[in-house]
Amino acid sequence: MAHRPVKFFQVGSFAVGNRLLEEDERSVQAGVERTNALTKGHRACQGCGEALGARYVLDAAMRATEGRLIAANATGCLEVFSTPYPESSWQVAWLHSLFGNAPAVASGIAAALKAKGRTDVRVIGQGGDGGTLDIGFACLSGMFERGDDVLYVCYDNEAYMNTGVQRSGATPPAARTATTKPVGVEPGNAFGQGKNAALIAMAHEIPYVATATVAELHDLEAKVERAMELHGARYLHVFVPCPLGWGAESKDTIRIARLAKETGLFPVFEAEHGEVVSVSKIRRPAPVEEYLRLQRRFAHLFGDPPRTDVIERLQAIADRNIRRFGLLEEEAAA
Amino acid sequence: MRDQLEGSQAVARAVARCRPEVVSAYPISPQTHIVEALSDMVRTGELAPCEYLLVESEFAAMSAAIGASAAGARAYTATASQGLLYMAEALYNASGLGLPIVMTLANRAIGAPINIWNDHSDSMSQRDSGWIQLYAESNQVAVDLHIQAFKLAEALSLPVMVCMDGFVLTHAVEPLEIPTQEQIDAFLPAYEPRQVLDPDDPVTIGAMVGPEAFTEVRYLAHAKQMQALDLVPELAAEFATSFGRPSGGLLRRYRTEGAKTILVALGSVLGTIEDVVDELRDEGERIGALGITCFRPFPIDEVRDALAGADRVVVVERAFAVGIGGIVGQNVRLALSGLPPVVYDVVAGLGGRAITRRSLRGLIEDVDEGSIEPNRLHFLDLDWKLVERELQRLQETRRSGPHAENILRDVGVVAGRSH
Repeated sequence: MAHRPVKFFQVGSFAVGNRLLEEDERSVQAGVERTNALTKGHRACQGCGEALGARYVLDAAMRATEGRLIAANATGCLEVFSTPYPESSWQVAWLHSLFGNAPAVASGIAAALKAKGRTDVRVIGQGGDGGTLDIGFACLSGMFERGDDVLYVCYDNEAYMNTGVQRSGATPPAARTATTKPVGVEPGNAFGQGKNAALIAMAHEIPYVATATVAELHDLEAKVERAMELHGARYLHVFVPCPLGWGAESKDTIRIARLAKETGLFPVFEAEHGEVVSVSKIRRPAPVEEYLRLQRRFAHLFGDPPRTDVIERLQAIADRNIRRFGLLEEEAAA
Repeated sequence: MRDQLEGSQAVARAVARCRPEVVSAYPISPQTHIVEALSDMVRTGELAPCEYLLVESEFAAMSAAIGASAAGARAYTATASQGLLYMAEALYNASGLGLPIVMTLANRAIGAPINIWNDHSDSMSQRDSGWIQLYAESNQVAVDLHIQAFKLAEALSLPVMVCMDGFVLTHAVEPLEIPTQEQIDAFLPAYEPRQVLDPDDPVTIGAMVGPEAFTEVRYLAHAKQMQALDLVPELAAEFATSFGRPSGGLLRRYRTEGAKTILVALGSVLGTIEDVVDELRDEGERIGALGITCFRPFPIDEVRDALAGADRVVVVERAFAVGIGGIVGQNVRLALSGLPPVVYDVVAGLGGRAITRRSLRGLIEDVDEGSIEPNRLHFLDLDWKLVERELQRLQETRRSGPHAENILRDVGVVAGRSH
């Protein structure tokens, strides 16, 4: 009989139990040594995936750099909810310039540090999917192509949430947004659109590209740590559910993020110099319907009659990801 | 020591001796020679320590300068025309954040129709962006203004745009004096930022400000820029002492004593204007010129003092506000409100059209004879026949086609096409 490694799941959530992990593999929510780079008091919605993701990314980067970190932030939810004048939730040197220029601003900071010989200080650029994939895309590509010493992090909630949930270049097919409403012949966002940012980043052959979700914070932290071990342009794409924009329960943020991965809709992987080097396997395969039903942005697919044809097309996207990235454990040989 | 140098090369050398730590630039004519020269100097190590960022757009050029400046580096870029417009959002951001970036603007027209030649439409379009704007009338002044610009920018923590006429200055070769490294080091201390991204003392820069304080923050932008009205003359005086020649300042008067007619202009056309003034003075006309070096902030009191004694003020400007008229003229008229001088707005030299002595003499004759109306927009050397033919076409044919091609065909630049 073939060997099957034992996996520890908590009942219901299918998360790896923190308590069952070795001490150094556990994610720690709070602790005196945690920098809380994005600290309490900010105005993010309850259940905001972006706030959670940013807190873990920044704190992991602060740990990796021993606090020698500067962050450049694009305009967007993360910027707005964290810095209502005269308050700021940032306990890290932080600059917000514009919506579409965070990668270039980060490049400028990195250039200044290099000119000053400050090799100890590292730079992070960050923004949402609109700021990264749409309006800031040229700056991002330029930063990648030049190989500037910046880790750029995109918190992807798949639409322009800050301005009221309009479609972005990362909005998935069929999703309802304020500009792709479930009206007309083809309700929701069109198929065949939406940029695959991680693959585009890989095409620049930069040292490190990774995707992650806020359902697996330890994996997210590990990827930030890995990114900070390397120099040059690096890209981290974090899947962050938005309860407000997706019409989901605040308590379901983690569940939805996990289902995005477990359905295959959001492949979680790492790539170095343009080649995939590791893939997070699906632990408990789930049909896309399980993911879609938790979000009102897909509610129009489950009306009377249900749009099974559209759901099948979404399932086909997930299946293709599963094949393309090898997301399922290979069946043990008989 | 004076060297025979192209304006762009001279500016690049002067900028390099100001020790910028980050240069980020994107190519656009007629600014390219400046950044090419700086790129060479960074690559050879002549300019060090300095990082040269080969960015993918002017928007990124200014954005990288913003990041570099906020991280405490002396940051420089250069652009022109469409490039300035493409970075417009970042221009307002740089000034709003109070970052002392210095930028050379090689003045060039804005399309459409696309045109690479000189006028002031680009810089005038950004006159309200919160940047201090200095205009060079010669390449020596351009060199000197850059050295003063870094000191001015860093003293006020505001960005400064040094405007020099594209091609007319950037590509002109003439004997120029570039101050030595020692001289510039003595004049320009190392950059000491007011705000800096420092992990040891982390600050938030660029926070959101609502109605409760936005007006106050914006007022400070104005108040800070207005401080330049005191600082610019002080720096010019200090520069004269240190470098042994006058350069810069808010304004430059040329033979305005007792002048009844004063021509007002910015940039390189002042050379031609001064020649015309000399000729007419020789002929007994009481005429002078006023060059505005510092256009933002606008030295309203100094302009009033310089022009108050004249009967007629003729503003010759290389840009205009479509739908109303002169831009510099409006500012000058504001300075003279309630005073007797009559102001004439004359648009000249658009898209590289030469402003000749003959045309200027004709203009002054028209003004003297009262054959052109004051307080109305005039275009110097406008080819009325061409304009009227196109207007006629518009009236006769619905699908009259693109203006630019029609006009070029009338001029005979584009080969005729059968219809």
